[in-house]
Amino acid sequence: MSTPNAPPLIQLSDVDKYYGDYHALRSVTLDIEQGEFFSLLGPSGCGKTTLLRTIAGFEDASSGVLMLGGENMKGVPANKRPTNMVFQSYAIFPHLNVFENVAFGLRKKGLSATEKDTKVRDALAMVGLDGYGDRAAHALSGGQRQRVALARALVLQPKVLLLDEPLSALDKKMREQMQTELRRLQRQVGITFILVTHDQEEALIMSDRIAVMFEGEIAQVAAPQTLYRRPASQKIANFIGVMNFMPATATPAGGVVNVDIAGLGIATLDADQCPGGVPNGAAHVGIRPEMMSLLFYGETSTASVAQGVIEEQSYYGDMTYYDVRLEGVSDPVTLSMKNIVGRPVLERGEAARVSWDPRALVLFGN
Amino acid sequence: MKGLRIYALAYLLFLYAPILLLPLFAFNNSTIIAFPLSGFTFGWFVELWETPALHAAVKNSLLIAVATAVFSTLLGICAARAGAKYEFPLKRPILGLIMVPLVLPEIIVGVSLLIVVVQLLDWQLSTWTIVAAHTLICTPFSIAILNGAFQNVDTSLEEAALDLGETPLSTFRLITLPLVMPGVISSLLISFTISLDEFIIAFFLTGSDPTMPVYIWGLLRFPQKLPAVMALGTLLVLLSIILLSIAEYFRRRGVRRAGLKDTGGFL
Ligand SMILES: Nc1ncnc2c1ncn2[C@@H]1O[C@H](COP(=O)(O)OP(=O)(O)O)[C@@H](O)[C@H]1O
Ligand SMILES: [Mg+2]
Repeated sequence: MSTPNAPPLIQLSDVDKYYGDYHALRSVTLDIEQGEFFSLLGPSGCGKTTLLRTIAGFEDASSGVLMLGGENMKGVPANKRPTNMVFQSYAIFPHLNVFENVAFGLRKKGLSATEKDTKVRDALAMVGLDGYGDRAAHALSGGQRQRVALARALVLQPKVLLLDEPLSALDKKMREQMQTELRRLQRQVGITFILVTHDQEEALIMSDRIAVMFEGEIAQVAAPQTLYRRPASQKIANFIGVMNFMPATATPAGGVVNVDIAGLGIATLDADQCPGGVPNGAAHVGIRPEMMSLLFYGETSTASVAQGVIEEQSYYGDMTYYDVRLEGVSDPVTLSMKNIVGRPVLERGEAARVSWDPRALVLFGN
Repeated sequence: MKGLRIYALAYLLFLYAPILLLPLFAFNNSTIIAFPLSGFTFGWFVELWETPALHAAVKNSLLIAVATAVFSTLLGICAARAGAKYEFPLKRPILGLIMVPLVLPEIIVGVSLLIVVVQLLDWQLSTWTIVAAHTLICTPFSIAILNGAFQNVDTSLEEAALDLGETPLSTFRLITLPLVMPGVISSLLISFTISLDEFIIAFFLTGSDPTMPVYIWGLLRFPQKLPAVMALGTLLVLLSIILLSIAEYFRRRGVRRAGLKDTGGFL
């Protein structure tokens, strides 16, 4: 990671992008550090690719400033930027073989034939394609094309590697394998990776930090755990995993917030449980399904407890998901229990006691 | 089903019977073009070989055809590239207008070019006026062929080359051109073929050096030369078939390389 006080490798300030009348990027401000694995996460059409292409130099920002390695990138074309891209389609040159594809960017580096040969070999070895140099481009599988695209970019040792949904075209197993491998590769080379993805799980698994985007705007930038535990809005909470929301009334009191949750009573939350800002008055509290549990056989809990009835049950093998209607709460809450030895699976209609730790609650303004 | 087959056969016969007559009489041992055939000879081909005026006409035609092929393909590359890659005002009308010579009667092109060249510009008719006119009628064909080739080039390939440090110009040379090369070859061959046997415009614009078709037309006044014309025609048909086959081979290879489904073409 970066040395303290070093300026961020990439700085975007108030970057806007219009396609005609369409406002594709809205005042994007973002710092990305040297050596980070950074992800842009958001639903399809939210502007992730546009932002990536702006950094790469394929799109000009309509306004705003993009600094890369301390230099303003305005007017600097893609071929002069210290970035390389792995395209969503991989963009393997079909008329060149694997070696020629990987060596393509080295053409202008003034290397001797042996130096070039060594670099290409090393790059191919790094992505696990030893000895594939003579393969024709069309004779490669999806996963292999992806690796060639990676080797072709990494052989140039760019400051930033940009990856546009690089795993979306692969099947599930291959995708999981490549996720691990990409992460390993990033640690090994220490290059800043910026990954575009619409898959929240992928972003959580791979990233040091994640920027969540909706409709051209950055909604939150945070490390995976913070993003999951302390999402800044209900929309973000819903996009990343599942969260239950209950209406509540918030009253700030010094450094804490007293929250009256409809039907469940008063809880006192820390300010850090209000990642979107401390609300005053009508609000919602949220809690993740795995942060609530059922109490069995007269188990007791020091945490909050409420009585309810199982309304729906879904058995997943390793987990069971329950929809529980709590007394005095309008909508049923979803919770999940790990199926460990000796723990029964409750059926619909059975009475249930639900407990949760108030520290797991997140408070959102309305 | 059976009716359809008979129809198809009759149709093919109607299309190709006249052409089949060419070699028949080219090898017939008689100056009279009529059945029954009287015997086999290579004589007419030998006569072609021994006619210097014909050689001059052939040379002239080849020069014109090569020049036309190069010019119309170069223009076609520019137009197809612009059409595939850039958005500009009035793009559709402009690209449509370029294609019009494809359906313009050649006699109109011939007459109007004659007026322009001789009356307005006051130029001497020469080989180069024919090249200019042939380029005009061949360019739409080149564009039609090259449009397909350029549209099949995935933009991200060009972006990837830029991303890897190439300039727009070297990207065109290293990526775009190799990928459209089958189309370029196809365009060269087809415009070459069109120019080689074009008669009407060449007839209007020919100066002192006739092209081969114009020379052949001149021969028709001498009945005893007719079998030699048949022999020449036979050679031309052969050449056309070979060139068009090569062009189609490259077009299909281009489609295959781009990994696309074949949706037709000239053959
Ligand atoms: N070249 C373009 N011209 C016009 N609109 C575009 C262009 N590229 C993208 N857009 C629009 O911008 C929005 C964001 O696109 P994109 O960045 O590709 O989204 P994402 O990658 O997040 O799916 C989309 O609504 C898309 O239609
Ligand atoms: Mg995208």
